[in-house]
This record gives sequence, structure tokens and C-alpha cells, in this order.
Amino acid sequence: MNGFTPADALMGGALIGAAAAVLWLGLGRIAGISGIVGGLMTAARGDRVWRLAFLAGVMAAPVMYRLAGGPVPTGALGASPTLVIVGGLLVGVGTRLGGGCTSGHGVCGLARLSPRSATATGVFMAVAALTVFLHRHVLGG
Amino acid sequence: MRGLILALAAGLMFGFGLTVSSMINPAKVLAFLDVAGGWDPNLALVMAAAVPVAAAGFALGRRRQAPLAAPAFQPPAARAIDGRLVAGAALFGIGWGLVGYCPGPALAALGVAMADPKGADLVGAPLFILAMLIGMATVAIIDRRVRK
Repeated sequence: MNGFTPADALMGGALIGAAAAVLWLGLGRIAGISGIVGGLMTAARGDRVWRLAFLAGVMAAPVMYRLAGGPVPTGALGASPTLVIVGGLLVGVGTRLGGGCTSGHGVCGLARLSPRSATATGVFMAVAALTVFLHRHVLGG
Repeated sequence: MRGLILALAAGLMFGFGLTVSSMINPAKVLAFLDVAGGWDPNLALVMAAAVPVAAAGFALGRRRQAPLAAPAFQPPAARAIDGRLVAGAALFGIGWGLVGYCPGPALAALGVAMADPKGADLVGAPLFILAMLIGMATVAIIDRRVRK
């Protein structure tokens, strides 16, 4: 439905990997979005500013890309507002319990050959695929 | 100051990566997760490119005593593969599968929604992020109580 765009996917992935490398070599930090956001609530005051700078970059990039004339491939959410709230709560609770998300466990953890991250990535990928299967093909959502 | 510029630069690269690869679009992510539908392998290629590039960065880091703009590398302290890890990853997987947003793309989409509040796309991003922050705060509060 959206088409297969391998060159864009590889280019974007390389940029994400490079971002993780810069944050590690520059600040010695893991580029895990959920950990960086969650740390805003738990970390010491002096440990917050770099988090805000990184997150501001993530939020500003697609805006800058669009201003420069690039196509920002946004899409209307298929989920209802109730489902968006339930999904957001589950992602918030789950990533803090599990200590990471697609970036922290998926990209950085796999790159560090962490068995803990490999386990988490396998579980959330499998559960997400199962959720989509049940939602789309069994319940007909 | 140098650390802040590096953090901002890394965030921008991350956001550009999500945009170029279309991972900012929840429909694209759900199409990857929909193994039984018209499976869209893009997310696998994003990971396949991101992981080795990040790994090169971690390999370079092993040759250095400290990062460029911080006193020490801070690898994650947690190493255990336990019930908490598996339960958390499973809950995250359900939420991700229901909506198609994980934290990074949702934040990038929030940036677009904030810059263009009347845009029809990505209207769910602010609501999703708000719910996600409430979920994260809940865990932080419970963890703090348990530690006491």
C-alpha cells in the first residue's frame, strides 16, 4: 500500500545509526528515545539539558526537511482517539519497564551485541506483529 | 556547550533519518508489522542499515578513554533478562502494534504537528505523546515508591 523504497530506507537507517554513533562518541550516551525522554523525569537536573537538545533535534528535523521542500511522508493515523490513548499508555509503561524501545534496544542494543536488548527486540517485534495480525485480520479493526 | 551542540546534531540526524525512511508515517510501520497482509519490508532495511553504522560508532568508542564532550561513557547498567524486561517489551509491542508509533517517530510527528497545527496529518501524535508521558511517569512514580 505504501510501496517499497529500499534506497530511502537504507539512507534513513544509516542516518539513525550515525546519530547513535555521534551521541555515543560525543556524550557517551545511548540514543534511546524512551530512555532519553524518561530520564527527563528521573535524572538529576544537570543531566537534563542534553536530553532536551537531542529531543528538540528529533522534533525539528522533519519540520526543517519540509521547509526545505522535501516531502515529509506523514500519514493520517488509522487508530481512533481511544486507541491512540491506550497505545500511548502501553508504550510509555512498556518502554520504562523494559528499559528501551526500537532505538535503545533495537538499534543501539543490537549494535552493542547486548543479549538483553536482543531479547527485548525479539519480544516487542513479535508481540507487535501479533497485535497487528489480531487487530487487522481476526478482529477486523 | 560542545556537548549540547553534539546532542542537537545527533537529534537532527535521528529525525532526518526517521523522515527520509518514512518511519515517521505510522501506516508504513504498521505495514511492516502486518506480516499476513501486504508485508512492507522497509523497517527491516532501516534496521539493517542503522545497526552496523551504530556498531561502527561503538567500536570506535572502545578505542577511546572518554567521549569527546563528557567525562565518561555511560553504558546501560541493567543486564538482566528478567520478567520485567519481557513484560515491558510485550506491553510496548502491543501499544506499538495498535497505533504504529514508537517513541521516536511519535516525537518527530509531534514536531510536524506543532509546526503545522492545522495540518490534517499526524493529529494523533500530541495525544499519543501525552498518554506515553503519563505511562512513563506512572512507572517512575511506582519505581520511586518501591525503592524507598
